[in-house]
Amino acid sequence: MTALIVDYLPIVVFLGVAAFIGLALLISPFVVAYSSPDPEKLSAYECGFNAFDDARMKFDVRFYLVAILFIIFDLEVAFLFPWAITFGKLGWFGFWSMMVFLGVLTVGYIYEWRKGALEWD
Amino acid sequence: MIDFFWTQIFPILIIVGQSLLLLSALLIFIAYILLADRKIWAAVQMRRGPNVVGPFGLFQSFADLLKFVLKEPIIPSGANKGVFLLAPLVSCILALAAWAVIPVHPGWSIADINVGVLYIFAISSLGVYGIIMGGWASNSKYPFLSALRSAAQMVSYEVSIGFVIITVLMCVGSLNLTKIVEAQDGPLGMFQWYWLPLFPMFVIFYISALAETNRPPFDLVEAESELVAGFMVEYSSTPYLLFMLGEYVAIVTMCAMATILFLGGWLPPFAVAPFTWVPGVVWFVLKVSFMFFLFAMAKAIVPRYRYDQLMRLGWKVFLPITLFMVVVVATVLQVTGWAPK
Amino acid sequence: MSIVGLFFYLFAFVLLASAFMVIAARNPVHSVLFLILAFVNAAGLFLILGAEFLAMILVVVYVGAVAVLFLFVVMMLDVDFAELRQGFMQYLPVGAMVGLIFLVELLLVVGAWVTAPNINAAIKAPIPPLSQATNTEAIGLVLYTTYIHYFQLAGIVLLVAMIGAIVLTLRHKPNVKRQNIAAQIARTPADSVEVRKVKSGRGL
Repeated sequence: MTALIVDYLPIVVFLGVAAFIGLALLISPFVVAYSSPDPEKLSAYECGFNAFDDARMKFDVRFYLVAILFIIFDLEVAFLFPWAITFGKLGWFGFWSMMVFLGVLTVGYIYEWRKGALEWD
Repeated sequence: MIDFFWTQIFPILIIVGQSLLLLSALLIFIAYILLADRKIWAAVQMRRGPNVVGPFGLFQSFADLLKFVLKEPIIPSGANKGVFLLAPLVSCILALAAWAVIPVHPGWSIADINVGVLYIFAISSLGVYGIIMGGWASNSKYPFLSALRSAAQMVSYEVSIGFVIITVLMCVGSLNLTKIVEAQDGPLGMFQWYWLPLFPMFVIFYISALAETNRPPFDLVEAESELVAGFMVEYSSTPYLLFMLGEYVAIVTMCAMATILFLGGWLPPFAVAPFTWVPGVVWFVLKVSFMFFLFAMAKAIVPRYRYDQLMRLGWKVFLPITLFMVVVVATVLQVTGWAPK
Repeated sequence: MSIVGLFFYLFAFVLLASAFMVIAARNPVHSVLFLILAFVNAAGLFLILGAEFLAMILVVVYVGAVAVLFLFVVMMLDVDFAELRQGFMQYLPVGAMVGLIFLVELLLVVGAWVTAPNINAAIKAPIPPLSQATNTEAIGLVLYTTYIHYFQLAGIVLLVAMIGAIVLTLRHKPNVKRQNIAAQIARTPADSVEVRKVKSGRGL
């Protein structure tokens, strides 16, 4: 148990060092660089026009659908990880167990395809 | 007190030293990878590329760094300042974080954890946040559209990368990156690495890695003709540099992953005399450079995809192929009894 | 206090603080970002418990996938804060009622909660001892065989989620021209180009 923590401590230290380098880079121009802001320079870029309305607009529900489908397939991959490293020990029962699981999801995938949920228009 | 220093503080100082060493080596490697990217691109288009700063432009990236630091940082007045500055930092730190577990030589990794592959998979799935945060916080239209596109794109290719990793894991039987490399060691040398038996997966991994890191031909996130500079439109100075750095570190991480999963990590191509004299880390760097060369060539010679084509490739081509290959590889390993026990 | 203890308090404190900020932040996008921070710290707590696989899956699934969906939803909501605050007083009594009912229910649940008397006897050692198998292997050895029913049920839940998402969100736009790649590749010069002799001054 404690050995596990020892394995992960270097990652925390590494993240700390990486964060330090990143922060140093981020802050340095605010310290050393010349700065003279004016309203035109600080306005949002829109090919020279003033912005007509707020940039955060409603967008297509399709992005939402892609995110949901991704969650489902990501979970499928998450279930596959422990199986991938133990299926040799589990034998045929474990093998068919996973095949049924994948089969059920393939049914869903075919439904998706036939419904046109994977089309982008 | 002195005892406390030797048992508690000293090991941490050693880790800090190792981290600094790896990070500086990595950042210098990135500096030359950036130059190589521009040089290869230039060579394909029969240009010279950067050739003024230093011999053959070798110091170009360092000059660029200096220039970025001395540029005026601009924060748009409509932006959410905190998130706006946090976004490049997050994208850079997350990209670097993956290197904590990557073994570049037998025993040379900052942390040798049991779930190394899963750690990198997790970190690379977080890469999307830097882009979404940057695009949303800018409060400008191009970055916002770009952030949406990029999120959907990265998410779509993550699935096929996951399935590709699964097929390799089935051949290895461990999530540890060192064990994955060791499993490819054998008398046949480079023909025993997984690129040959799992060749279709290697190709899919390469293309998905291009899409996952927003590299051309999948750089719809910053398609100049449509979105100017994508989510980076409002960024300048080092915040921009950090995004750029994060992007290139992520690319090199993907190259390193391809090296570990398919090209035998630090192993020499043949386990005979002249090859075994070269230290493993050199082979590792050579293989990563080769993978990056493939990335750079794709940028130079392939035209950009359209967004609907991109989504079709991810969901309707790669997803079924990789899923099918998982079943095929599992069946073959199970029938022949080659599955690791 | 050991390093492990230090990290426990660090993760626990940040987890609670960011969980509080999720409901306290004015801007919903900030709320989601704090939620992500809370997830990451929860993963840290899992690591301290020695559950490395669960920690990584928490990051992959919740931070990498679920929170992206939340961000999409929140960004899509297009919340107008001035308008939101206008109706605040009007809905306050109803909201307070719901909150009160929940509070009473929670108190009832907590008040009636007792620890089973022989709980210590029910705690079993993990099936493959931790020294022999890694975390991920230990899960793999039981999930697909011993707990196969739960595993298959999880698959069916995912199937229902997939179908539900499509039924709820899929709307086809009319008159969309799609690229048919197979048809494009199957085209030959013979059926796409026609050569005609045009006499001068006449046209076709």
